[in-house]
Amino acid sequence: MAYSEKVIDHYQNPRNIGKLDKDSKTVGTGLVGAPECGDVMRLQIDVDEATGIIKDAKFKTFGCGSAIASSSLATEWLKGKTVDSAMEIDNMEIVEELALPPVKIHCSVLAEDAIKMAINDYRQKQGLEPIEDDKKHY
Amino acid sequence: MNLPIYLDNNSTTPMDPRVLESMLPFFNENFGNASSRNHSFGWNAEKAVDDAREQLASLIGSTSKEIIFTSGATEANNLAIKGVYEMYGSQGNHMITVTTEHKAVLDACKKAEKSGAEVTYLSPNEDGLINLDELEAAITDKTILITIMYGNNEIGVIQDIKAISAIAKKNGILFHTDATQAVGKIPVDVLADGIDLMSFTAHKMYGPKGVGALYVRRKNPRVKVTSQMDGGGHERGMRSGTLNVPGIVGFGKACELCQQEMESEATRLSAMRDKLEKELLTIEEAYVNGNAQHRLPHVSNISFKFVEGEGLMMGTKDIAVSSGSACTSASLEPSYVLKSLGLDDELAHSSLRFGLGRFTTEEEVDFAIDHVKTAVNKLREMSPLWEMFQDGIDLKTIEWAEH
Repeated sequence: MAYSEKVIDHYQNPRNIGKLDKDSKTVGTGLVGAPECGDVMRLQIDVDEATGIIKDAKFKTFGCGSAIASSSLATEWLKGKTVDSAMEIDNMEIVEELALPPVKIHCSVLAEDAIKMAINDYRQKQGLEPIEDDKKHY
Repeated sequence: MNLPIYLDNNSTTPMDPRVLESMLPFFNENFGNASSRNHSFGWNAEKAVDDAREQLASLIGSTSKEIIFTSGATEANNLAIKGVYEMYGSQGNHMITVTTEHKAVLDACKKAEKSGAEVTYLSPNEDGLINLDELEAAITDKTILITIMYGNNEIGVIQDIKAISAIAKKNGILFHTDATQAVGKIPVDVLADGIDLMSFTAHKMYGPKGVGALYVRRKNPRVKVTSQMDGGGHERGMRSGTLNVPGIVGFGKACELCQQEMESEATRLSAMRDKLEKELLTIEEAYVNGNAQHRLPHVSNISFKFVEGEGLMMGTKDIAVSSGSACTSASLEPSYVLKSLGLDDELAHSSLRFGLGRFTTEEEVDFAIDHVKTAVNKLREMSPLWEMFQDGIDLKTIEWAEH
């Protein structure tokens, strides 16, 4: 199948691969997917507690090119955003940006879930209630 | 060296230029119908077909009268299985095959089941070889056919054909083998191997697509199959239809070349295959699928743990290989052959099949080695599973947020 140029670019030059200290109070981690389904995404954010702005974001993904690109793009978008506005990221924005075909929409859904899971992990560490999301997939 | 490099010779092979040359006159100058008995156009075509029949027979150790030309191995498999079932159905309705067969065999069996056949599907051992005791145990007084492939298309494993045919013979059962991947690559002799029916095709041995053959034994025992294509009664009434003369001529030439070059070519290919395999197995957590001893000389199927199949295919786009995973959609379907060996989905997905061929060079193999190593390492750097494995975390203990 043909991949879009943006997917190929993220696949070849993934942004922000890596790992943050999951035990840090300012770090939120989201781990979604399962090996037998062929996709596992780990997305982490490091938040400036004073401003609520995401200072850093890292990912690692086991999956196809579209899954890698979706998570790579997500980390790019997350950096510099406040936690609250990051919560607004919708999977369809990822679909549009990467021109994902219908069979790859689940990759964007996975990325959105990973973002929300990471944010809620951070919120819990900060003693805040997790935000319930009616769109929650995981 | 031109990219991408073709390492998918189990899917199809490029035609040998010598084969193409042999075919060309039969498209225009000698365009006759091999069944035309009244003029030289027909006689010339018939002579060419007879010569090709001899070339096929010589390669597989049969007589030329035992060759039935078809459109390919799929048709040959269908003709063998459905044809035997219809011809011998009054003697019994049971057939035995293996779960790792090609779809043409499995689906022909399924079709026969719809009209009353009973089929036993044996599971192979984890190395891909079947258990002969299980085969014997599956035989009933209703069994009329055992159909088991010679060399597997995905993992290259070669079954113990002589032992299987001996079991069939001892029990008075016909033995068919889909030898599509084996004929022309390794010595196949229908007499020595005790084969009653055998499917093979031209395009896997540097011949043209669209032409194949079914060997049907004429003596000890004399085997017959009910035709699946009816008409002018060609091919001793077993397969009607005007013969594909240029294709058949090319098939014949392809057989002749394979016979001449088989020994040296098998040595050359297995040396390159072994090098490829040895190098790729230096990658941590990489495994060969299927029995490494009883194997076709040009095939290697390797799983790379902790990388995902489709991502791996994308990373290895400069080589044309086949993936153990047919995942172009959200519903991932790993290879049923690899799953039959007991591989879990994850390993089945992350496997690559390398099929070397007559035109594969050492330089190309070296390129493929580097290319795959780079892709696997790159994907593992991105893989959370690889990181967990390296941290000593057992992935089975993690509660996955499944979709």
